[in-house]
Amino acid sequence: MTNMNTEQWSPKIVAFFCNWCTYTASDLAGVSRLRYAPSTRVIRVMCSGRIDPEFIMEAFAKGADGVLIGGCHPGDCHYSEGNYKCLRRYDLLQRYIEQMGIDTRRLRLEWISAAEGKKLQEVVNEMTNTLKEIGPSKIKHVVETIEK
Amino acid sequence: MGNDKPKLKLAVYWGAACGGCCVSVLDVHEKLFDVVANADLVFWPIALDVKYKDVEEMPDQHIDVTLFNGAVRNSENEHIAKLLRQKTKIMIAYGSCAHMGGIPGLANFSTKEELYKRVYEDSESTENAQKVYPQTETTIAEGKLTLPNFYKDVCTLDQIVDVDYYLPGCPPQTERLVEVFMAVVTGAELPPKGSVIGAGSKVQCDECKREKVNKSGITRFYRTWEKEDDGKTCLNEQGFLCMGPATRNGCGVRCVEGNAPCRGCYGPLDGIPDPGAKMMSAIASMLNEKEEGDIQKALDTVVDPAGTFYRFSLPGSILRRKQS
Repeated sequence: MTNMNTEQWSPKIVAFFCNWCTYTASDLAGVSRLRYAPSTRVIRVMCSGRIDPEFIMEAFAKGADGVLIGGCHPGDCHYSEGNYKCLRRYDLLQRYIEQMGIDTRRLRLEWISAAEGKKLQEVVNEMTNTLKEIGPSKIKHVVETIEK
Repeated sequence: MGNDKPKLKLAVYWGAACGGCCVSVLDVHEKLFDVVANADLVFWPIALDVKYKDVEEMPDQHIDVTLFNGAVRNSENEHIAKLLRQKTKIMIAYGSCAHMGGIPGLANFSTKEELYKRVYEDSESTENAQKVYPQTETTIAEGKLTLPNFYKDVCTLDQIVDVDYYLPGCPPQTERLVEVFMAVVTGAELPPKGSVIGAGSKVQCDECKREKVNKSGITRFYRTWEKEDDGKTCLNEQGFLCMGPATRNGCGVRCVEGNAPCRGCYGPLDGIPDPGAKMMSAIASMLNEKEEGDIQKALDTVVDPAGTFYRFSLPGSILRRKQS
């Protein structure tokens, strides 16, 4: 993932969507022919509780401009508690990435149910616009370049 | 002794380190006799007067084993790391700093400018009206003086040179060092290159004797001075942040045995690139809260998450340093 010059640059978002809600919502957005920014690279996981903080760091280190996590609404988790674990990890990670000098808007968590194709469209568009404002991520460059 | 087997040649070097690793080598006590019976120490700045020039004059691969402790944070560290790599058959990253960056690696939370300003201008005991900073070259009447170049980043040893083995710990347990040393001496089959040696392959909790009782999770964390430890229950269950769940065993759970939470110096287990990520994951599972406000309140009690979870491993972690 290399960033071209800013004119051609468009943000790349690694999106972790849970199988039962948000991934299905993206399916719904597709069959409903809702247009949204082609910025996401979706990775389907069985539950938002499966998303290890390591995945998110790896995504940033490999050049993602943003990471979007999508899970079931509180109380709706297919595995009853996975999304709460995800929420606690996300809140802790937000504190961590802030300390690491990363704009916290680069990491976003949204509860999007299987019926909310429209919300998925809005969230992706909104996040893409926010990332366009912040500009390309330099994380990959910093991780790979040892400064002497 | 009639032993005609050539003695092993051993070197110990410190990069950006506190000296504790070298002391852990000295801590072999009377086993030192076994060591010197089987090995010649050819280079060890803390104990022997061997000059860099002497090392430069050694043939390549002359040294059998080098224990390199300390991180690489300036041009001198890098020069000697590369020199020793060239002269050594088995290069061991010895201790947390060479392994993952260690305590000096916490400097990766700051820029070089911030560090210099703090140390040479702002610190309470410093008076430096002329703002004199270290220079790599200074000319005085008697000639030119030089200092190593202080790098912007602190690096692990394997970010600079090829490393054969890692021997973790801050400092490594001396017993483990003796085991490794005797394995090399007796010609035992060594593990594959890149392995962590002189440590276990399970988490600290596997060995820990403390009881796990509280099944319902915790609602906040305590720093060690905020609450009294009952001496028998799992420290995490009592709310003290213990890095045990994300840390390799092998030290004998020595901090917890001494009633202090594990700080994570032995680093992550095989296949885990980032110990802090695993610890964050564990913390999130331990907490009970479900409402955003309650979660934030609970997390407020985790003071300095990045510094706590990456106390010994920032330069070796996935994100490596603070963005600047």
